[in-house]
Amino acid sequence: MKKYDAIIIGAGHNGLTNAAYLARAGLDVLVVEKNDYIGGAAASRQLHNGFWYSNCSYVCSMMRQAIHRDLDLTKHGLVLVPYLGTVGFADNGDTLISYHSEGPEYNHLRARSPHDADAMFRFQTDLARYAQLIRKTLLRTPPDPTSFRPRDIKELIFLAREFGTLGQKEIYEYIRFFTMSAAEFLEDYFEDDLIKAAMASPGIIGTALGVYSPGSAYILLHHVMGDVDGNIGAWGLARGGMGAISKAIAGALQEAGGEIMTEAPVKQILVTNGKAVGVILENDEELHANIVVSNLDAKRTFTKVMDKKDLPPGIYDKAKNFKIRGSSGKVNIALSGLPKFTNVPDNRYINRGGQAFLGSLETMERAYDCWKRGTWSEDPFVESVIPSAWDPTVAPPGQHWMSNFIQYCPAELADGPWTPEKRDAFGQTVIDKIERYSPGFKKLILHAEIRTPHEIENEVGLTEGNIFQGELTIDQLLFNRPFPGYAQYRMPIKNMYMCGSSTHPGGGVSSACGANAAREILKDLRRKNTVPEDDCYDE
Amino acid sequence: MSKIKDPFAGERLKETPFHPRQSALNLRNAWSSWNGYLFADCYYEAEYEYFCIRNQCGTYDITPMQKYEISGADAEAMLNRMVTRDISKLRKNRVTYVCWCTDEGRMIDDGTIFMLTCGSPSLAWLRKSSFGYKDVTIKDLSDTVAALSFQGPTSCEVLKKMGLSKIDTLKPFGIKHFKFKGGKLMVSRTGFTGDLGYELWIDPKLALDLWDALYAAGEDFGIQPYGETATNMARLEAGFIMPEMEFNEALKTIHFQHDQTPLELDLGWLVDFKKPHFNGRNALLREKEKGTEYMLTKLDIQGNKPAEESFLYSDKACTKQIGYVTSAMWSPVVKANIALAMIKTKHLDGDIWAEINYVKELRQLSKMAKCTVMKKPFWAPARAKATPPGPY
Repeated sequence: MKKYDAIIIGAGHNGLTNAAYLARAGLDVLVVEKNDYIGGAAASRQLHNGFWYSNCSYVCSMMRQAIHRDLDLTKHGLVLVPYLGTVGFADNGDTLISYHSEGPEYNHLRARSPHDADAMFRFQTDLARYAQLIRKTLLRTPPDPTSFRPRDIKELIFLAREFGTLGQKEIYEYIRFFTMSAAEFLEDYFEDDLIKAAMASPGIIGTALGVYSPGSAYILLHHVMGDVDGNIGAWGLARGGMGAISKAIAGALQEAGGEIMTEAPVKQILVTNGKAVGVILENDEELHANIVVSNLDAKRTFTKVMDKKDLPPGIYDKAKNFKIRGSSGKVNIALSGLPKFTNVPDNRYINRGGQAFLGSLETMERAYDCWKRGTWSEDPFVESVIPSAWDPTVAPPGQHWMSNFIQYCPAELADGPWTPEKRDAFGQTVIDKIERYSPGFKKLILHAEIRTPHEIENEVGLTEGNIFQGELTIDQLLFNRPFPGYAQYRMPIKNMYMCGSSTHPGGGVSSACGANAAREILKDLRRKNTVPEDDCYDE
Repeated sequence: MSKIKDPFAGERLKETPFHPRQSALNLRNAWSSWNGYLFADCYYEAEYEYFCIRNQCGTYDITPMQKYEISGADAEAMLNRMVTRDISKLRKNRVTYVCWCTDEGRMIDDGTIFMLTCGSPSLAWLRKSSFGYKDVTIKDLSDTVAALSFQGPTSCEVLKKMGLSKIDTLKPFGIKHFKFKGGKLMVSRTGFTGDLGYELWIDPKLALDLWDALYAAGEDFGIQPYGETATNMARLEAGFIMPEMEFNEALKTIHFQHDQTPLELDLGWLVDFKKPHFNGRNALLREKEKGTEYMLTKLDIQGNKPAEESFLYSDKACTKQIGYVTSAMWSPVVKANIALAMIKTKHLDGDIWAEINYVKELRQLSKMAKCTVMKKPFWAPARAKATPPGPY
């Protein structure tokens, strides 16, 4: 029977990236995927004629440019297009428009609050300062602070040196920042409620935290530290939807001789004498390999596809308690025309970008209260993008699809399990909310795909539908991700690794987790490293 | 009393026939000039406009380009003597890209022949080149033809929607004629972006009608005007040369051999030594035999700092200078740090290092980056050559 050098479980973008770099080092690799399509949560799916939904992740800014370039993803069909013009909506119908250039942006903010217009410069500068430090850690393996191995010491020195580039005041602020709430952090900069709400909203996306919960400030940073072609904080769309990213990486993988097997759900990782030796599929087929790499989240890996007896004590409990709470939903809507929004000038630069239905900090916190009680938010925070306004390939001309990300939606409801009726009722809540800001919106709807954490877990495999494969709080970041002592992609079973977003640097479609894991695997095999260095060090 | 209404009239630039629409969309008031015309650097933001070219579609006003009609029994012979390429095989309704040189083989300009178009005024040189030919008439159409370059992946769909029948059968460098509002519209499948695209040629009186028809059809296809900055990005990715960047026009070059030859500019494929005598032939033949001193080269450069105006060296320690960068940028679509550079031919096979200077919050910094020679254009999507080109 054939024995692969490595089997990677899950053809999400990180699994494919990991496999591509292993294949480029000459390894014989196989990626096994449970679905009949690849991409995991970076997928484009045609569920209604002519409309291609990015049905999980929908925008992109953290994708490591160095990987895009190194794997020649453009040649394999990937083009990232920046989009612009996001509008924030307040409960009272007020709008906050994000203009693409400094002058108009300043004027617009000044009309709301001259103080905040000035403070915005300081805010953006401070965020950029924090972000550039974190950015430099993305394509690196976190050091183990308890180890005295030279490479860990070297890496700690690197971190210390980067930290040392900050001034004394900034170092204090930075440490505070990691444990602050988004709302508290913003209090120091802004007075206007809508501006505060708009700036706070990235702090709750994908996380079971509210704007007033400690730790949400870091989530905010996580969402603004990406870039598109060096424009830090900008967001882009993958032409053809997020599936274009996975497809391009798969192209690079196949070019290097790697294989992908779809409709091959893994039942269990095979372990013999404390070593991973392959996988058993749901159909009981055994596939053997010298190395097994799991791109599944940490909880799923250790509690669903491994035999408890194969695990050293403690790991199972760590995985069971891994914080990966489901808190968001997604509603993808096909529209017969471009929706118009109240109080938004109808021009190509503004009415084509994103919409953030914010309400206020208060509204967002109330939405979180619903989640805590085990119901979906009655008046949720919704972040929307209309990719088809930018991408001619994802909807018929003149028609559009709208991606709506909803915070909050619990994985488990207080009144019993999710049902199709409850799912549809959740979707209706979202549609009703958009209709409030876009009268006539409902009449444009041709098709809708409603996804609660329940659907996302069952289709994609993310535990509780958590978009980051585990929450991005300080207890689960850097050398603590996924668990303290296991942040260097090696797992407690020999020859077993993890490469998904449960590992450093976490979710956000960066390809960094998969690439970092490949670097570690190649090091263990004493193979030449194929993973490039990041290109952000001289920023 | 003075009859002069506007004392500054002579200072003001001419406006192209598309100006009323373009000025309404030039939100940044970013204008410069080209051949005496007011000409947009950008309308909204260069990178946004660049992405219209690569992702959707956009228009670029090429009215200021110089256009000449050369007619008469000797017209072909005269042009064939002037340009380096053999145009005697050029069929009706086809366009060809050419360049022309001084007797010393130094490049004067490049352009296309269907009528003759080029970046700089060339009437005097055309007259000089027609010396000895009896039946040649040269007509300057520069101010009498309005022209719009219309580029991008959705451009064919928009023209189809505008009602230009069978436009999708038009091959690259082909020409089609259409009736338009009682006048004539000429469409060539040409452009300066390396992507799918067309150029539309029309009577200035119908220019605004054309604009309105095009923008109505393009509404759902992301149509947007783009300016010089975006054009310059797109052409560099396509590997196209630009006057005053890659070459100094020979007739405007003061210092000896600070101009270039087509061979140095990697345009050897435009020079046909098999055809009868043409301007610069002997000098170019000599150069071909001897080998060029410099060669225009496409570079992929480490890192992401554009190597603008960089010197090139054969080693990291900068002991031997071997050339200089002519154009450089970060390519958003390819995700590569690209450049065109003039490099001494004999050093092309060795290591090439660029000394890149950049500024970080007012501090001047410098770094060395390894360069790789690229043979093919950085960006050449299949749709640019496909017929029919597809919807996007």
